Amino acid sequence: MLNLFTQARRAAGRAAVGATALALAGLTVPAHAQETIKVGVLHSLSGTMAISETTLKDTVLFMVQEQNAKGGVLGKKLEAVVVDPASNWPLFAEKARELIAKDKVAVVFGCWTSVSRKSVLPVFKELNSILFYPVQYEGEESERNVFYTGAAPNQQAIPAVDYLMENEGVKRWVLAGTDYVYPRTTNKILEAYLKSKGVPAEDIMINYTPFGHSDWQTIVADIKKFGSAGKKTAVVSTINGDANVPFYKELGNQGIKATDIPVVAFSVGEEELAGIDTKPLVGHLAAWNYFQSVDTPANKDFIAKWQAYTKNPKRVTNDPMEATVIGFNMWVKAVEKAGTTEPDKVIPALIGVAVPNLSGGFSAMMPNHHITKPVLIGEIKDDGQFDIVEQTPGLIVAEEWSPHLEGSKDLISDWRSPLNCGNFNVKTGKCGGAGN
Amino acid sequence: MSPSDTRPPTLIPTNGLVFLGVLAAVAVLVPLLNLATSPDAAVHVPTYVVSLLGKYLTYALLALSVDLIWGYVGILSLGQGAFFALGGYAMGMYLMRQIGTRGVYGDPMLPDFMVFLNWKELPWFWYGFDLFPFALVMVLLAPGLLALVFGWFAFRSRVTGVYLSIITQAMTFALLLAFFRNDMGFGGNNGLTDFKDILGFNIQSDGTRAVLFFLSALALGLGYVLCRFLVRSHFGKVLIAIRDAETRVRFTGYRAENYKLVAFVVSAMLAGIAGALYVPQVGIINPSEFSPANSIEIIVWVAVGGRGTLVGAALGAVLVNYAKTYFTSGFLAPYWLFMLGGLFVAVTLFLPKGIVGTFYDWREKRRPSPDALGEPLPEPKPAE
Amino acid sequence: MISSARLRRLSCALLLALYGLCGALFSQPALAQDISAPLAQLATDNYADTEAALGALALSGSPAAAGIVAALADGKLVFSAAPRQVFLRTETGLVDPLTLQPVADPPAVKPVRVNNRVRRAIEAANGTLSLVSPDPAKRLEAATAVARSRDTAALPALDLALSKEADPKVKTALTLARASIVMGQPGVSDAERIAAIGLVGAEGNQDALAILQGVPADSSPAVKQAAADAIAGIERSLAMWSMAQNVWYGLSLGSVLLLAAIGLAITFGVMGVINMAHGEMVMLGAYTTFVVQDAIRTYNPGLFDWSLIIAIPLAFLFTGLIGVIIERTVIRFLYGRALETLLATWGISLILQQAIRTIFGPTNREVGAPSWMSGSFDIGQLAITSGRLWIIVFAILVFVALLATLRMTRIGLEMRAVTQNRRMAASMGIRTNWVDAMTFGLGSGIAGIAGVALSQIDNVSPNLGQSYIIDSFLVVVFGGVGNLWGTLVGAMSLGIANKLLEPYAGAVLGKIALLVIVILFIQKRPRGLFALKGRSIEA
Repeated sequence: MLNLFTQARRAAGRAAVGATALALAGLTVPAHAQETIKVGVLHSLSGTMAISETTLKDTVLFMVQEQNAKGGVLGKKLEAVVVDPASNWPLFAEKARELIAKDKVAVVFGCWTSVSRKSVLPVFKELNSILFYPVQYEGEESERNVFYTGAAPNQQAIPAVDYLMENEGVKRWVLAGTDYVYPRTTNKILEAYLKSKGVPAEDIMINYTPFGHSDWQTIVADIKKFGSAGKKTAVVSTINGDANVPFYKELGNQGIKATDIPVVAFSVGEEELAGIDTKPLVGHLAAWNYFQSVDTPANKDFIAKWQAYTKNPKRVTNDPMEATVIGFNMWVKAVEKAGTTEPDKVIPALIGVAVPNLSGGFSAMMPNHHITKPVLIGEIKDDGQFDIVEQTPGLIVAEEWSPHLEGSKDLISDWRSPLNCGNFNVKTGKCGGAGN
Repeated sequence: MSPSDTRPPTLIPTNGLVFLGVLAAVAVLVPLLNLATSPDAAVHVPTYVVSLLGKYLTYALLALSVDLIWGYVGILSLGQGAFFALGGYAMGMYLMRQIGTRGVYGDPMLPDFMVFLNWKELPWFWYGFDLFPFALVMVLLAPGLLALVFGWFAFRSRVTGVYLSIITQAMTFALLLAFFRNDMGFGGNNGLTDFKDILGFNIQSDGTRAVLFFLSALALGLGYVLCRFLVRSHFGKVLIAIRDAETRVRFTGYRAENYKLVAFVVSAMLAGIAGALYVPQVGIINPSEFSPANSIEIIVWVAVGGRGTLVGAALGAVLVNYAKTYFTSGFLAPYWLFMLGGLFVAVTLFLPKGIVGTFYDWREKRRPSPDALGEPLPEPKPAE
Repeated sequence: MISSARLRRLSCALLLALYGLCGALFSQPALAQDISAPLAQLATDNYADTEAALGALALSGSPAAAGIVAALADGKLVFSAAPRQVFLRTETGLVDPLTLQPVADPPAVKPVRVNNRVRRAIEAANGTLSLVSPDPAKRLEAATAVARSRDTAALPALDLALSKEADPKVKTALTLARASIVMGQPGVSDAERIAAIGLVGAEGNQDALAILQGVPADSSPAVKQAAADAIAGIERSLAMWSMAQNVWYGLSLGSVLLLAAIGLAITFGVMGVINMAHGEMVMLGAYTTFVVQDAIRTYNPGLFDWSLIIAIPLAFLFTGLIGVIIERTVIRFLYGRALETLLATWGISLILQQAIRTIFGPTNREVGAPSWMSGSFDIGQLAITSGRLWIIVFAILVFVALLATLRMTRIGLEMRAVTQNRRMAASMGIRTNWVDAMTFGLGSGIAGIAGVALSQIDNVSPNLGQSYIIDSFLVVVFGGVGNLWGTLVGAMSLGIANKLLEPYAGAVLGKIALLVIVILFIQKRPRGLFALKGRSIEA
């Protein structure tokens, strides 16, 4: 107990108890701080991202309850500390600091958007804590204090494109995305990949739209035009969040069916489809590492427990939820392996930890702080679920630094000794990117 | 430290003295208690609180800049966040260049996001930002210039009232969209982040934080004195006259648009300074600072504290943001928008002049001697 | 003309298939073939096999084929893993696909899975099969489908169908389909090709362009020339049509802006309340639609097509009521303090957002489109989607109704009187309090109606209102505060300008350019398009 206390304090750096001073600022520390292990939950519960992130908050609370029912961790109960960063990126940094420095959480599960992760990164580095990030993202990052349980681009995008090429004979590609880092990177990687497969430049159309774009008439008409040039065309969509519903509605309105121009999306899952009438969308695709329709006993069991926990028999599950579950289980396992929650012990212990995923295999934490995943391609069904039409035979290891990008093709990440580096340049043999 | 003791009381009224006194005490004590006491000491102020309070102080300066034009000139700018963000970006660009080879790709010249987008050269507008003095000039110049151009057009055309408010909102919205674009060269949605050091000092060290905190307090204090100076001068009298009856001022022979323009530009520069101090303390600047909702929130801070009181604006900013921090944690987290929304409604209904304004009224009722209180409360302008 | 042996074989097979189908139709003894091999293939749970099986089934001539294909499309074709066997699922249970006799001892079954590739094969099979359907509409559809697929294998079937076709419309479609296929065929004479090019070129649409671009590179110069001429002609006409199309998109966007802004034109424009909660009123209207649809789905699914019609008055009453409550409890204390209404309504908007989030959850809610709002039709090369058309019509109806209310009803008269001169109105015996409440309620109710329409094209989520509030204010201010016509013209011109800019500048830059244009425009006309005249403006 005392041990934990000292460790937590060390982890928090110089910011520590000082209860009186805190009271001076009106911020009070709960008195029973040491009886439990605290788990921080940093997901937006209001603002634009609440739509996606609220479920992940519930997932962590659900996992905490499950774990406590199993007797907790290291003989202590877990206690979730929930904050609301309100989809406000600077507030993410503030709340992260609050969780680590004031509430002394042992680990944080949180963030959805890349910008929120970028904004809390310096805080986690400074205060030396652990963040589990459960969402598919653009890669090009590997930090000591962050564990990425979502997909890197090669664990989602490339298998999806392969599937379309092989199974649907697609020759012409529309890469449509929201203008931010994830679509930009994914599209860059895909463009390089498609060209390497012999797709000429005039058969690739790239289009970016702002966040929350709601009038898709012109763009859908352009896609339709691009797709009627006699070659089989598909849309690879990295359109984010709220913009998807009007996009799909417009596709339906303009009569584009999946058999004409299939759309494969990387940000549309069960949760998003719950808000759309999916009948006109049947056959459009999504690529994820998990679908609710995965037919395994582990998944059935999970869904049953989740729906019982939320008291909603219709509550869906989705990929970032599975990533959260995997991350949570990995952390528990690593803490038990390390015998402590001290980040300096848990971080190395996490590498190599393998836990069952919900699609019937085991996902392992690799030295690059990313996990191995199967890739599943699903077609939208009329009930808002996915029909899994393809699953990669094995697990895929994340390429955190994409070999298809100029700046990162020489970089690797390995957080084991002796390398201990997130951006090791194999050409120069030095840690720290291309620098000298 | 505080200049309060050297200024004549007509410039700084009693409440201003109290404000500056408290500010000076906070400016000295908070960093001191953070650095000089052991973390176990009862009086220790954790770094977490220092950076939080530092953020509040920059917001207070921002609120002050709004109060100068809204409270005293009657310009309701729904785009003040744009000036704040521009100042922040100018500072962010300096901090970005300071990273040098320590970025993830280790490129000595290009920030990470440019390497990532496969850019080969630094865009021209990034030149010079490796020099701190240049960045400082830009902190003032970028928002100042935008305000000058925008204001010159708008005031000359006599765009007033809600029309002005809505086009300022359109301005910040256009900038929001522009900065979101990755092709603009400002890092797109992610903005600028992962800063390492400022003027050679580690940006995450407690010492740097303490200095930044102190500077924020100093800027707020000086900003307050500057605003007081402006509104107490002849220039300020004209501004107040413009607020209350612009047409009459014009008929009296004053070039109202020039007065407004000067106030608008000064206010934009103050907002820029606030942004420049905000960025190193928060560690990130991104386009969401341009969002119209942010600018509306600034107006709300001022209204809560008391429009046209300066001290109230600063107080409102700190109080509302403290409420936000407090409500977004713990068991209140799912309901904090109810609290905040309820607070705004309640303030409008029950404290129509804001906290400080209502306090003045109360004091005035008890001791009717307005001179001793300094500035008499300005009457709100009738409906536009 | 059909020279290659392969084609001849195909044509025989197809003819057999067609005869088989006709046989089934006219209950003559069918040339039933053994389809056990494709049936076994269907049971392998592999898309490629399913596709191959479909091809074989279409050509098998078995009378059961059509039924099996239809069952597959409906997800009623099931298979058991051991033994590998397929069945049809009917209401009464599993039946044998050939004999249609119930299966005595049904094994555990799973549906045969369908993906896009299989779906396309189903369409192709159906297309080929329904070229001889007795229903001309179906034949027309099939002809269009064949024309788009340009499936060489369908040529003999086309020829057969052409020789029998009596309906002129279908005949044209069939000729066109044939021309499209012939275009890319080797071994077709120049004259025939040029004739085909002429036929296709006369269509003048995007599909025709695609077909013409598919003229083989090794064709004779005359053919190439004919194709190039036809392409140039089509491109010229398409360019003109695309202009019209953009204007149509602009009108459609303008109508959305109009709907979003028109309620604000009352609460903000007429009453002077800087109503930041306006977007939330739109959102409440959209959620009302959701609740109505939910209730209809639960209690009376047959009424679904009427759901929007039912939702409109309910949304108006509900949001109007909320508006009246807000006016009575908050706004009425703030008249004459326009800027403070901004603060209070901002607070109200936060509360409403969070209330909806608490009640309905943070995720999107599904609002379906009634059947009369789906689909699209063409006018020339102009694609008009029904949903958008209805929204335009609806926006104009709302506008007219509102204008009529203000101009022709007693309450409208009172509203105008109160906003123009409150004291005078009061002294004439108008209950100004009541009129205020009604006016705010009217504005809110109209916003609610807008929500019903917007639920058809946008997310129904707690953030719905936020995405419209800025545009709404911009429209009202651009048009001129206090003038409904200004709002109409403002919305339409912003919509059209946006859509004309978008193809050149892209969605983001187009929007930025538009904002800059509005800012500059306000410099020219500081009171908007339709400025109110008189002393009141200087108040």
